[in-house]
Amino acid sequence: MYTPSNPNIVGDFVREWVPNLVAYLPATVQGYIPSAEIAALINVVICMVAMGVAGIGPVPVLIYMERKICAHIQCRLGPMRLGPHGVLQLAADIMKLLFKEVYAPKSVQTFLYYLAPILVVTAPFLNLCMIPFGKNLQVADLDIAIPFIIAVNGFGILSTMLAGWASNNKYSLISGMRSGAQLISYEVSFALVLLLIVMLAGSASLGGITESQSGNFWDWWIFKAPVLGLLAFVMFLISSTAELNRAPFDVAEAEQELTGGHHTEYTGMAFSMFYLAEYINLFTTCCVATVCFLGGYNAPCIGIAAVDGILNMVPGIVWFLAKAFFMVVVYMMFRWTFVRPRTDLLMALEWKFLLPVNLIMLVLGFVFVAFGLFLP
Amino acid sequence: MIEYLPLLFILFLGAIIAIGAMAVGKILGFASKNTKGKFDPYECGMATIGSSHVQFKVGYYIFALLFLVFDVEALFLFPICANLKTILAGSQPEITPAIVVADLIIFVAILVSGLAYSWKKGFLKWE
Repeated sequence: MYTPSNPNIVGDFVREWVPNLVAYLPATVQGYIPSAEIAALINVVICMVAMGVAGIGPVPVLIYMERKICAHIQCRLGPMRLGPHGVLQLAADIMKLLFKEVYAPKSVQTFLYYLAPILVVTAPFLNLCMIPFGKNLQVADLDIAIPFIIAVNGFGILSTMLAGWASNNKYSLISGMRSGAQLISYEVSFALVLLLIVMLAGSASLGGITESQSGNFWDWWIFKAPVLGLLAFVMFLISSTAELNRAPFDVAEAEQELTGGHHTEYTGMAFSMFYLAEYINLFTTCCVATVCFLGGYNAPCIGIAAVDGILNMVPGIVWFLAKAFFMVVVYMMFRWTFVRPRTDLLMALEWKFLLPVNLIMLVLGFVFVAFGLFLP
Repeated sequence: MIEYLPLLFILFLGAIIAIGAMAVGKILGFASKNTKGKFDPYECGMATIGSSHVQFKVGYYIFALLFLVFDVEALFLFPICANLKTILAGSQPEITPAIVVADLIIFVAILVSGLAYSWKKGFLKWE
Protein backbone atom coordinates (compact mmCIF):
# COMPACT_ATOMS: atom_id res chain seq x y z
CA MET A 1 0.00 0.00 0.00
CA TYR A 2 1.42 3.33 -1.06
CA THR A 3 1.25 6.08 1.51
CA PRO A 4 1.77 9.59 0.17
CA SER A 5 5.03 11.10 1.23
CA ASN A 6 5.35 14.74 2.12
CA PRO A 7 3.68 16.78 -0.60
CA ASN A 8 6.73 18.41 -2.08
CA ILE A 9 10.38 18.87 -1.54
CA VAL A 10 10.33 22.66 -1.88
CA GLY A 11 7.49 22.87 0.60
CA ASP A 12 9.39 20.76 3.12
CA PHE A 13 12.44 22.93 2.71
CA VAL A 14 10.47 26.12 3.24
CA ARG A 15 8.49 24.77 6.17
CA GLU A 16 11.67 23.59 7.84
CA TRP A 17 13.84 26.62 7.23
CA VAL A 18 11.59 29.63 7.64
CA PRO A 19 10.94 28.95 11.35
CA ASN A 20 14.70 28.45 11.77
CA LEU A 21 15.43 31.80 10.16
CA VAL A 22 12.89 33.51 12.37
CA ALA A 23 14.83 32.23 15.37
CA TYR A 24 17.70 34.57 14.42
CA LEU A 25 15.51 37.64 14.83
CA PRO A 26 15.52 39.58 18.11
CA ALA A 27 13.34 38.00 20.74
CA THR A 28 11.03 41.01 20.95
CA VAL A 29 10.16 40.77 17.26
CA GLN A 30 9.79 37.00 17.23
CA GLY A 31 6.58 37.04 19.20
CA TYR A 32 4.83 38.97 16.43
CA ILE A 33 5.90 36.70 13.57
CA PRO A 34 3.83 33.53 13.13
CA SER A 35 6.60 31.71 11.27
CA ALA A 36 4.56 28.64 10.30
CA GLU A 37 2.10 30.85 8.45
CA ILE A 38 4.92 32.75 6.76
CA ALA A 39 6.46 29.46 5.69
CA ALA A 40 3.12 28.38 4.27
CA LEU A 41 2.76 31.63 2.35
CA ILE A 42 6.31 31.44 0.95
CA ASN A 43 5.52 27.89 -0.10
CA VAL A 44 2.37 29.11 -1.86
CA VAL A 45 4.36 31.75 -3.74
CA ILE A 46 7.01 29.22 -4.78
CA CYS A 47 4.37 26.77 -5.92
CA MET A 48 2.53 29.43 -7.93
CA VAL A 49 5.73 30.55 -9.66
CA ALA A 50 6.72 26.93 -10.33
CA MET A 51 3.32 26.08 -11.78
CA GLY A 52 3.29 29.25 -13.85
CA VAL A 53 6.66 28.30 -15.33
CA ALA A 54 5.72 24.64 -15.77
CA GLY A 55 2.46 25.62 -17.44
CA ILE A 56 3.49 28.46 -19.72
CA GLY A 57 7.12 27.43 -20.28
CA PRO A 58 6.46 24.47 -22.59
CA VAL A 59 3.80 26.31 -24.63
CA PRO A 60 6.17 28.13 -27.05
CA VAL A 61 8.08 24.89 -27.55
CA LEU A 62 4.86 23.01 -28.24
CA ILE A 63 3.58 25.58 -30.71
CA TYR A 64 6.91 25.60 -32.56
CA MET A 65 6.94 21.78 -32.58
CA GLU A 66 3.36 21.70 -33.84
CA ARG A 67 4.19 23.97 -36.76
CA LYS A 68 7.37 22.16 -37.68
CA ILE A 69 6.02 18.62 -37.32
CA CYS A 70 2.89 19.53 -39.25
CA ALA A 71 4.99 21.12 -41.97
CA HIS A 72 7.37 18.19 -42.31
CA ILE A 73 4.54 15.65 -42.39
CA GLN A 74 3.05 17.64 -45.24
CA CYS A 75 6.45 18.00 -46.99
CA ARG A 76 6.66 21.72 -46.25
CA LEU A 77 9.32 23.66 -44.38
CA GLY A 78 7.12 25.49 -41.90
CA PRO A 79 8.12 28.91 -40.51
CA MET A 80 11.61 29.75 -41.79
CA ARG A 81 11.86 33.55 -42.02
CA LEU A 82 12.21 34.88 -38.48
CA GLY A 83 15.38 33.67 -36.82
CA PRO A 84 17.11 30.39 -37.65
CA HIS A 85 14.45 27.90 -38.78
CA GLY A 86 11.71 30.27 -37.72
CA VAL A 87 12.27 30.03 -33.95
CA LEU A 88 11.29 33.68 -33.48
CA GLN A 89 8.00 33.30 -35.35
CA LEU A 90 6.10 32.77 -32.12
CA ALA A 91 7.54 35.93 -30.56
CA ALA A 92 6.28 37.85 -33.57
CA ASP A 93 2.86 36.22 -33.22
CA ILE A 94 2.65 37.16 -29.57
CA MET A 95 3.55 40.76 -30.41
CA LYS A 96 0.83 40.80 -33.03
CA LEU A 97 -1.79 39.40 -30.64
CA LEU A 98 -0.72 41.84 -27.94
CA PHE A 99 -1.41 44.85 -30.16
CA LYS A 100 -4.75 43.61 -31.41
CA GLU A 101 -7.78 45.33 -30.01
CA VAL A 102 -9.73 43.42 -27.34
CA TYR A 103 -13.39 44.21 -27.84
CA ALA A 104 -16.77 42.55 -27.60
CA PRO A 105 -19.33 42.66 -30.39
CA LYS A 106 -22.51 44.44 -29.35
CA SER A 107 -24.76 41.39 -29.08
CA VAL A 108 -22.64 39.34 -26.66
CA GLN A 109 -23.30 38.75 -22.97
CA THR A 110 -20.32 40.83 -21.87
CA PHE A 111 -19.72 39.29 -18.44
CA LEU A 112 -19.95 35.68 -19.60
CA TYR A 113 -18.03 36.55 -22.76
CA TYR A 114 -15.04 37.70 -20.73
CA LEU A 115 -15.48 34.99 -18.09
CA ALA A 116 -14.95 32.16 -20.60
CA PRO A 117 -11.26 32.89 -21.44
CA ILE A 118 -10.57 33.31 -17.74
CA LEU A 119 -12.10 29.94 -16.86
CA VAL A 120 -10.41 28.18 -19.74
CA VAL A 121 -6.91 28.82 -18.41
CA THR A 122 -7.86 28.07 -14.79
CA ALA A 123 -8.42 24.36 -15.26
CA PRO A 124 -5.10 23.23 -16.78
CA PHE A 125 -3.03 24.77 -13.98
CA LEU A 126 -4.99 22.76 -11.41
CA ASN A 127 -4.22 19.58 -13.32
CA LEU A 128 -0.57 20.49 -13.43
CA CYS A 129 -0.46 20.61 -9.61
CA MET A 130 -1.06 16.86 -9.48
CA ILE A 131 1.84 15.90 -11.75
CA PRO A 132 4.95 14.47 -10.07
CA PHE A 133 7.76 15.89 -12.21
CA GLY A 134 10.33 14.12 -10.08
CA LYS A 135 10.47 12.35 -6.76
CA ASN A 136 8.46 14.55 -4.34
CA LEU A 137 8.60 17.31 -6.95
CA GLN A 138 4.91 18.07 -7.09
CA VAL A 139 2.63 20.64 -5.53
CA ALA A 140 0.23 18.24 -3.84
CA ASP A 141 0.18 14.46 -3.83
CA LEU A 142 -3.55 14.00 -3.43
CA ASP A 143 -4.62 10.40 -2.97
CA ILE A 144 -7.59 11.17 -5.22
CA ALA A 145 -5.48 12.73 -7.97
CA ILE A 146 -7.07 10.79 -10.85
CA PRO A 147 -10.70 11.66 -9.94
CA PHE A 148 -9.47 15.23 -9.38
CA ILE A 149 -8.03 15.39 -12.90
CA ILE A 150 -11.28 14.07 -14.35
CA ALA A 151 -13.27 16.63 -12.36
CA VAL A 152 -11.04 19.49 -13.47
CA ASN A 153 -11.37 18.38 -17.09
CA GLY A 154 -15.11 18.75 -16.60
CA PHE A 155 -14.40 22.34 -15.64
CA GLY A 156 -12.81 22.90 -19.03
CA ILE A 157 -16.02 21.83 -20.80
CA LEU A 158 -17.85 24.59 -18.98
CA SER A 159 -15.65 27.32 -20.44
CA THR A 160 -16.00 26.02 -23.99
CA MET A 161 -19.79 25.92 -23.76
CA LEU A 162 -19.84 29.30 -22.04
CA ALA A 163 -17.78 30.85 -24.83
CA GLY A 164 -20.08 29.33 -27.42
CA TRP A 165 -23.22 30.54 -25.76
CA ALA A 166 -22.11 34.00 -24.64
CA SER A 167 -20.77 34.94 -28.08
CA ASN A 168 -24.32 35.05 -29.47
CA ASN A 169 -23.03 33.81 -32.79
CA LYS A 170 -24.55 30.81 -34.51
CA TYR A 171 -21.20 29.26 -35.38
CA SER A 172 -20.08 29.63 -31.79
CA LEU A 173 -23.29 28.18 -30.43
CA ILE A 174 -23.14 25.09 -32.65
CA SER A 175 -19.47 24.68 -31.80
CA GLY A 176 -20.04 25.05 -28.07
CA MET A 177 -22.83 22.49 -28.13
CA ARG A 178 -20.88 20.07 -30.29
CA SER A 179 -17.80 20.25 -28.14
CA GLY A 180 -19.91 19.94 -25.00
CA ALA A 181 -21.42 16.71 -26.28
CA GLN A 182 -18.07 15.46 -27.52
CA LEU A 183 -16.13 16.27 -24.37
CA ILE A 184 -18.63 14.74 -21.97
CA SER A 185 -18.86 11.62 -24.12
CA TYR A 186 -15.14 11.04 -24.29
CA GLU A 187 -14.69 11.90 -20.65
CA VAL A 188 -16.42 8.59 -19.87
CA SER A 189 -13.83 6.47 -21.62
CA PHE A 190 -11.06 8.78 -20.37
CA ALA A 191 -12.24 8.05 -16.81
CA LEU A 192 -12.64 4.32 -17.40
CA VAL A 193 -9.14 3.91 -18.86
CA LEU A 194 -7.63 5.74 -15.92
CA LEU A 195 -9.78 3.57 -13.65
CA LEU A 196 -8.09 0.51 -15.11
CA ILE A 197 -4.66 1.96 -14.36
CA VAL A 198 -5.77 2.85 -10.83
CA MET A 199 -6.86 -0.75 -10.34
CA LEU A 200 -3.60 -2.18 -11.68
CA ALA A 201 -1.50 0.21 -9.62
CA GLY A 202 -3.66 -0.08 -6.51
CA SER A 203 -3.53 3.65 -5.91
CA ALA A 204 -5.29 6.72 -7.29
CA SER A 205 -2.47 9.12 -6.46
CA LEU A 206 -0.05 9.92 -9.26
CA GLY A 207 2.88 9.44 -6.88
CA GLY A 208 1.58 5.97 -6.06
CA ILE A 209 1.06 5.09 -9.72
CA THR A 210 4.63 6.15 -10.49
CA GLU A 211 5.98 4.13 -7.58
CA SER A 212 4.11 1.06 -8.82
CA GLN A 213 6.14 1.21 -12.05
CA SER A 214 9.61 1.49 -10.56
CA GLY A 215 12.17 -0.97 -11.85
CA ASN A 216 12.91 -1.83 -15.45
CA PHE A 217 11.18 -0.39 -18.47
CA TRP A 218 9.00 -3.46 -18.88
CA ASP A 219 7.53 -2.64 -15.48
CA TRP A 220 5.73 0.36 -16.97
CA TRP A 221 2.01 -0.23 -17.25
CA ILE A 222 2.05 -0.06 -21.04
CA PHE A 223 4.17 -3.24 -21.04
CA LYS A 224 3.55 -4.73 -17.59
CA ALA A 225 -0.07 -5.72 -18.11
CA PRO A 226 0.18 -7.82 -21.25
CA VAL A 227 -2.04 -6.57 -24.11
CA LEU A 228 -4.32 -4.84 -21.59
CA GLY A 229 -1.75 -2.10 -20.96
CA LEU A 230 -1.11 -1.43 -24.63
CA LEU A 231 -4.84 -1.47 -25.38
CA ALA A 232 -5.46 0.95 -22.52
CA PHE A 233 -2.73 3.22 -23.87
CA VAL A 234 -4.37 3.35 -27.30
CA MET A 235 -7.75 4.02 -25.68
CA PHE A 236 -6.21 6.80 -23.62
CA LEU A 237 -4.64 8.29 -26.73
CA ILE A 238 -7.97 8.36 -28.58
CA SER A 239 -10.13 9.61 -25.73
CA SER A 240 -7.64 12.24 -24.57
CA THR A 241 -7.22 13.58 -28.10
CA ALA A 242 -10.97 14.04 -28.14
CA GLU A 243 -10.81 15.60 -24.68
CA LEU A 244 -8.22 18.05 -25.95
CA ASN A 245 -10.46 18.99 -28.87
CA ARG A 246 -7.55 18.36 -31.21
CA ALA A 247 -7.73 17.08 -34.75
CA PRO A 248 -8.85 14.46 -35.82
CA PHE A 249 -11.55 15.06 -33.18
CA ASP A 250 -11.85 18.81 -33.62
CA VAL A 251 -15.45 18.90 -34.85
CA ALA A 252 -15.95 21.78 -32.41
CA GLU A 253 -13.82 24.12 -34.48
CA ALA A 254 -13.82 22.42 -37.83
CA GLU A 255 -12.56 25.36 -39.86
CA GLN A 256 -14.35 24.37 -43.04
CA GLU A 257 -17.71 24.24 -41.25
CA LEU A 258 -17.65 26.58 -38.27
CA THR A 259 -14.92 29.16 -38.99
CA GLY A 260 -13.25 29.56 -35.60
CA GLY A 261 -15.66 27.48 -33.53
CA HIS A 262 -16.38 28.73 -30.05
CA HIS A 263 -13.70 31.44 -30.25
CA THR A 264 -14.94 32.99 -33.50
CA GLU A 265 -15.88 36.23 -31.76
CA TYR A 266 -12.73 36.60 -29.68
CA THR A 267 -9.85 38.87 -30.63
CA GLY A 268 -6.34 39.61 -29.46
CA MET A 269 -5.37 38.41 -26.00
CA ALA A 270 -8.84 37.02 -25.24
CA PHE A 271 -8.43 34.69 -28.22
CA SER A 272 -4.89 33.80 -27.29
CA MET A 273 -6.10 32.58 -23.89
CA PHE A 274 -7.97 29.78 -25.66
CA TYR A 275 -4.84 29.02 -27.65
CA LEU A 276 -2.72 29.03 -24.49
CA ALA A 277 -5.12 26.76 -22.62
CA GLU A 278 -5.17 24.31 -25.52
CA TYR A 279 -1.40 23.84 -25.34
CA ILE A 280 -1.17 23.75 -21.54
CA ASN A 281 -3.87 21.08 -21.66
CA LEU A 282 -1.87 19.16 -24.26
CA PHE A 283 1.22 19.24 -22.06
CA THR A 284 -0.74 18.24 -18.95
CA THR A 285 -2.36 15.32 -20.75
CA CYS A 286 1.05 14.19 -21.98
CA CYS A 287 2.25 14.33 -18.38
CA VAL A 288 -0.71 12.22 -17.24
CA ALA A 289 0.04 9.69 -19.99
CA THR A 290 3.67 9.64 -18.92
CA VAL A 291 2.76 8.98 -15.31
CA CYS A 292 0.09 6.38 -16.01
CA PHE A 293 1.72 4.42 -18.83
CA LEU A 294 5.37 5.33 -19.26
CA GLY A 295 6.65 5.11 -15.70
CA GLY A 296 6.69 8.79 -14.79
CA TYR A 297 10.08 9.89 -13.54
CA ASN A 298 11.51 6.37 -13.40
CA ALA A 299 14.57 5.77 -15.57
CA PRO A 300 14.12 3.21 -18.37
CA CYS A 301 16.35 0.61 -16.73
CA ILE A 302 17.18 -2.48 -18.77
CA GLY A 303 18.15 -4.90 -16.03
CA ILE A 304 21.94 -4.64 -16.46
CA ALA A 305 23.43 -3.16 -13.29
CA ALA A 306 26.18 -1.12 -14.97
CA VAL A 307 23.86 0.54 -17.48
CA ASP A 308 21.12 1.09 -14.90
CA GLY A 309 23.58 2.84 -12.61
CA ILE A 310 24.32 5.39 -15.33
CA LEU A 311 20.64 5.78 -16.26
CA ASN A 312 19.68 6.32 -12.62
CA MET A 313 22.25 9.10 -12.26
CA VAL A 314 20.16 11.27 -14.60
CA PRO A 315 17.65 13.25 -12.51
CA GLY A 316 14.06 12.02 -12.64
CA ILE A 317 12.75 15.27 -14.07
CA VAL A 318 14.92 14.82 -17.18
CA TRP A 319 13.39 11.39 -17.82
CA PHE A 320 9.96 12.80 -17.11
CA LEU A 321 10.30 15.64 -19.58
CA ALA A 322 11.86 13.36 -22.20
CA LYS A 323 8.88 11.00 -21.96
CA ALA A 324 6.38 13.87 -21.88
CA PHE A 325 7.84 15.39 -25.04
CA PHE A 326 7.88 11.98 -26.67
CA MET A 327 4.15 11.86 -25.93
CA VAL A 328 3.77 15.35 -27.41
CA VAL A 329 5.33 14.10 -30.65
CA VAL A 330 2.97 11.11 -30.62
CA TYR A 331 -0.05 13.40 -30.20
CA MET A 332 1.11 15.67 -32.98
CA MET A 333 1.72 12.82 -35.40
CA PHE A 334 -1.69 11.44 -34.43
CA ARG A 335 -3.18 14.81 -35.27
CA TRP A 336 -1.70 15.05 -38.74
CA THR A 337 -2.16 11.42 -39.71
CA PHE A 338 -5.90 10.81 -39.37
CA VAL A 339 -8.85 12.54 -40.97
CA ARG A 340 -11.68 14.14 -39.05
CA PRO A 341 -14.78 11.96 -38.53
CA ARG A 342 -18.26 13.38 -38.94
CA THR A 343 -20.01 14.40 -35.70
CA ASP A 344 -22.40 11.44 -35.73
CA LEU A 345 -19.56 8.98 -36.40
CA LEU A 346 -17.59 10.61 -33.62
CA MET A 347 -20.38 10.01 -31.12
CA ALA A 348 -20.92 6.47 -32.43
CA LEU A 349 -17.20 5.74 -32.02
CA GLU A 350 -17.40 6.65 -28.35
CA TRP A 351 -20.71 5.11 -27.31
CA LYS A 352 -20.79 2.08 -29.58
CA PHE A 353 -17.13 1.15 -29.70
CA LEU A 354 -14.85 2.71 -27.08
CA LEU A 355 -17.25 2.41 -24.16
CA PRO A 356 -18.12 -1.29 -24.64
CA VAL A 357 -14.46 -2.15 -25.22
CA ASN A 358 -13.55 -0.15 -22.14
CA LEU A 359 -16.06 -2.01 -20.01
CA ILE A 360 -14.75 -5.35 -21.26
CA MET A 361 -11.22 -4.25 -20.44
CA LEU A 362 -12.38 -3.19 -17.00
CA VAL A 363 -13.95 -6.58 -16.30
CA LEU A 364 -10.80 -8.33 -17.57
CA GLY A 365 -8.85 -6.05 -15.25
CA PHE A 366 -11.02 -7.12 -12.29
CA VAL A 367 -10.37 -10.76 -13.08
CA PHE A 368 -6.64 -10.31 -13.66
CA VAL A 369 -6.08 -8.30 -10.51
CA ALA A 370 -8.35 -10.36 -8.27
CA PHE A 371 -6.91 -13.73 -9.29
CA GLY A 372 -3.42 -12.42 -9.91
CA LEU A 373 -3.34 -13.65 -13.51
CA PHE A 374 -0.66 -12.45 -15.94
CA LEU A 375 0.36 -9.76 -13.48
CA PRO A 376 3.37 -9.67 -11.19
CA MET B 1 -4.12 20.55 5.49
CA ILE B 2 -1.67 23.40 5.10
CA GLU B 3 0.21 21.35 2.49
CA TYR B 4 -2.78 21.73 0.19
CA LEU B 5 -2.97 25.53 0.58
CA PRO B 6 -1.10 26.11 -2.75
CA LEU B 7 -3.94 24.35 -4.58
CA LEU B 8 -6.38 27.00 -3.41
CA PHE B 9 -4.15 29.77 -4.74
CA ILE B 10 -3.30 28.03 -7.99
CA LEU B 11 -7.05 27.87 -8.60
CA PHE B 12 -6.74 31.61 -9.17
CA LEU B 13 -3.38 31.50 -10.99
CA GLY B 14 -4.96 30.96 -14.38
CA ALA B 15 -7.53 33.67 -13.71
CA ILE B 16 -4.77 36.11 -12.75
CA ILE B 17 -2.81 35.29 -15.91
CA ALA B 18 -5.90 35.62 -18.11
CA ILE B 19 -7.09 38.88 -16.55
CA GLY B 20 -3.56 40.30 -16.72
CA ALA B 21 -3.10 39.32 -20.35
CA MET B 22 -6.48 40.71 -21.37
CA ALA B 23 -5.83 43.94 -19.47
CA VAL B 24 -2.48 44.34 -21.24
CA GLY B 25 -4.22 43.64 -24.54
CA LYS B 26 -6.87 46.21 -23.72
CA ILE B 27 -4.23 48.85 -22.98
CA LEU B 28 -1.85 48.09 -25.84
CA GLY B 29 -4.40 47.19 -28.48
CA PHE B 30 -4.91 49.75 -31.24
CA ALA B 31 -8.59 50.55 -31.51
CA SER B 32 -9.72 50.40 -35.08
CA LYS B 33 -12.32 52.82 -36.45
CA ASN B 34 -15.85 52.03 -35.34
CA THR B 35 -17.23 51.16 -38.72
CA LYS B 36 -20.76 49.90 -39.24
CA GLY B 37 -19.92 46.21 -39.35
CA LYS B 38 -17.38 46.13 -36.55
CA PHE B 39 -19.71 45.18 -33.72
CA ASP B 40 -21.86 42.77 -35.71
CA PRO B 41 -21.57 39.04 -35.07
CA TYR B 42 -19.26 37.37 -37.57
CA GLU B 43 -21.28 35.47 -40.12
CA CYS B 44 -19.21 35.38 -43.30
CA GLY B 45 -20.46 38.75 -44.50
CA MET B 46 -24.19 38.17 -44.22
CA ALA B 47 -26.45 40.19 -41.95
CA THR B 48 -27.43 38.13 -38.90
CA ILE B 49 -31.04 37.03 -38.71
CA GLY B 50 -32.41 36.95 -35.18
CA SER B 51 -30.64 35.98 -31.97
CA SER B 52 -28.59 32.82 -31.63
CA HIS B 53 -30.05 32.09 -28.21
CA VAL B 54 -32.51 29.66 -29.68
CA GLN B 55 -33.81 26.29 -28.53
CA PHE B 56 -31.30 23.64 -29.38
CA LYS B 57 -31.38 19.97 -30.27
CA VAL B 58 -32.50 17.67 -27.47
CA GLY B 59 -30.03 14.98 -28.56
CA TYR B 60 -27.28 16.72 -26.62
CA TYR B 61 -29.36 16.47 -23.47
CA ILE B 62 -29.63 12.69 -23.70
CA PHE B 63 -25.88 12.34 -24.11
CA ALA B 64 -25.41 14.52 -21.06
CA LEU B 65 -27.67 12.18 -19.06
CA LEU B 66 -25.76 9.12 -20.24
CA PHE B 67 -22.51 10.86 -19.36
CA LEU B 68 -23.79 11.49 -15.83
CA VAL B 69 -24.64 7.81 -15.38
CA PHE B 70 -21.29 6.53 -16.57
CA ASP B 71 -19.15 9.15 -14.93
CA VAL B 72 -20.84 8.56 -11.59
CA GLU B 73 -20.26 4.85 -12.16
CA ALA B 74 -16.57 5.50 -12.68
CA LEU B 75 -16.48 7.56 -9.49
CA PHE B 76 -18.19 4.76 -7.56
CA LEU B 77 -15.68 2.27 -8.88
CA PHE B 78 -12.63 4.42 -8.02
CA PRO B 79 -12.47 3.61 -4.28
CA ILE B 80 -12.85 -0.12 -4.76
CA CYS B 81 -10.39 -0.20 -7.66
CA ALA B 82 -7.79 1.72 -5.71
CA ASN B 83 -8.15 -0.66 -2.77
CA LEU B 84 -8.79 -3.92 -4.60
CA LYS B 85 -5.39 -5.40 -3.78
CA THR B 86 -5.64 -4.26 -0.17
CA ILE B 87 -9.09 -5.78 0.24
CA LEU B 88 -7.95 -9.11 -1.17
CA ALA B 89 -4.80 -9.14 0.93
CA GLY B 90 -6.86 -8.29 4.03
CA SER B 91 -7.48 -10.56 6.96
CA GLN B 92 -11.10 -11.45 6.18
CA PRO B 93 -11.09 -15.00 4.79
CA GLU B 94 -14.71 -14.79 3.59
CA ILE B 95 -13.72 -12.18 0.96
CA THR B 96 -12.43 -14.38 -1.82
CA PRO B 97 -11.40 -13.11 -5.25
CA ALA B 98 -14.39 -14.86 -6.82
CA ILE B 99 -16.85 -12.95 -4.61
CA VAL B 100 -15.19 -9.60 -5.28
CA VAL B 101 -15.12 -10.17 -9.04
CA ALA B 102 -18.74 -11.36 -9.04
CA ASP B 103 -19.83 -8.23 -7.15
CA LEU B 104 -18.00 -5.93 -9.53
CA ILE B 105 -19.29 -7.72 -12.60
CA ILE B 106 -22.88 -7.41 -11.32
CA PHE B 107 -22.33 -3.70 -10.79
CA VAL B 108 -20.93 -3.23 -14.30
CA ALA B 109 -23.62 -5.49 -15.81
CA ILE B 110 -26.40 -3.25 -14.46
CA LEU B 111 -24.81 -0.32 -16.25
CA VAL B 112 -24.22 -2.28 -19.42
CA SER B 113 -27.92 -3.18 -19.47
CA GLY B 114 -28.65 0.56 -19.30
CA LEU B 115 -26.31 1.19 -22.22
CA ALA B 116 -27.87 -1.67 -24.18
CA TYR B 117 -31.34 -0.27 -23.51
CA SER B 118 -30.46 3.21 -24.75
CA TRP B 119 -28.69 1.69 -27.75
CA LYS B 120 -31.78 -0.35 -28.64
CA LYS B 121 -34.04 2.68 -28.11
CA GLY B 122 -31.89 4.59 -30.58
CA PHE B 123 -30.70 7.29 -28.16
CA LEU B 124 -27.12 6.74 -29.28
CA LYS B 125 -28.03 7.59 -32.84
CA TRP B 126 -27.10 11.08 -33.86
CA GLU B 127 -29.02 12.53 -36.74
